[in-house]
Amino acid sequence: MAERKKPISVLLNGLIKENPTLRLLLGMCPSLAVTTMAKNGLGMGAAATFVLVGSNLVISLIRKIVPDKVRIPAYITVIATFTTIVHLLLAAFLPELNKQLGIYIPLIVVNCIIFARAEMFAQKNGPLLSVLDGLGMGAGFTLAITAIGSVREILGAGTWMGIPVTVNLFEPAIMFILPPGGFLVMGFLVALFNKLADKKDKSLECETGCEAGCPGCSKAANGGEA
Amino acid sequence: MKELFAILIGAILVENFVLSKFLGICPFLGVSKKTSTALGMSGAVVFVLVMSQAVTWLANEYLLEPYNLEYLQTITFILVIAALVQFVETVLKKLMPPLYKALGVYLPLITTNCAVLGSALIFVERNYTFIEAVVFGFAAGLGFTLALILFSGIRERLETADIPEAFKGMPITLVAASLVSITFIGFAGLIIG
Repeated sequence: MAERKKPISVLLNGLIKENPTLRLLLGMCPSLAVTTMAKNGLGMGAAATFVLVGSNLVISLIRKIVPDKVRIPAYITVIATFTTIVHLLLAAFLPELNKQLGIYIPLIVVNCIIFARAEMFAQKNGPLLSVLDGLGMGAGFTLAITAIGSVREILGAGTWMGIPVTVNLFEPAIMFILPPGGFLVMGFLVALFNKLADKKDKSLECETGCEAGCPGCSKAANGGEA
Repeated sequence: MKELFAILIGAILVENFVLSKFLGICPFLGVSKKTSTALGMSGAVVFVLVMSQAVTWLANEYLLEPYNLEYLQTITFILVIAALVQFVETVLKKLMPPLYKALGVYLPLITTNCAVLGSALIFVERNYTFIEAVVFGFAAGLGFTLALILFSGIRERLETADIPEAFKGMPITLVAASLVSITFIGFAGLIIG
């Protein structure tokens, strides 16, 4: 916190170094549930990014007014408000996507990425940086779940964004668009990311990721009353 | 009775929350390292799920629907659940210290467990009655328990297994979860009607 953060590095941080899905392993439920198609991943990512940017902005604006003790309910309300906005917008303008994503849109409220960013970033930084952080993290999340969605769609249905791509190459294995495929593809992608990322801090990242994950951020969330 | 039984079996096996609906993945991966913690977490989840289903159902039926406020469902439910978890924690601490000791650390984590909010959203979607919603919550909790305990047994063995470097930690856990999930697909043919 002591050092001044550069806007660009804040923006890029979420894309790769601290990719919320593949490095920090936050927000696993939507990453696995809606990624049967690349398009759904993209839609979910966009919706979550909207909520993330909005809630980061508002929370960073109200961070000095809200007493520390009631910050958790206050943040949850802010996040739930943006989730409701996005839910209503989707229902009005993209009913097809809204139907596909189903209950996972309202479930953005309990997506730990958003809460974690509120607690770890927006609470301590100004509005501009918080918005950039939200954009970066949202983009990282979108990128990751679109990638998972692409792999699953290509292997499981033989299409990408609805366009057939593997017509004569191989018979799609339907397992990949079923739940087990979600776990499997996610596992391999995380392994790949670990391999590509700097080996030195891999152990460290994994430690916080596996151990903390959602329990970690909700523990932080409940730290207020301890 | 038959419908309730169908809901029960359905939520435990056919559409297992963790392994086929991907709800509650975070605690599933987070606390499944040891069977003992898995048991504690599951107990807390079943407990809170049953209570939250009852409370959110009442809130939805008598507060939101009469005034056409369904669009406030997400906000209302999450606040009700958060308040309920806090309330349960306080009450248990005061009245049932042994139970609080067993479930205590897991309780606060449950607010952000998507299984709780998820099942509230599902009973709205399916127009469950009060009893059905509560049974569904109970069954969802049992399904979560089943998955968590099965999986914690596997993870205890993974600890000592020889795993490729890049797969250590979360990746191998996810691959193992995938295998457990395959077995649950077998239940998909089980339709009770």
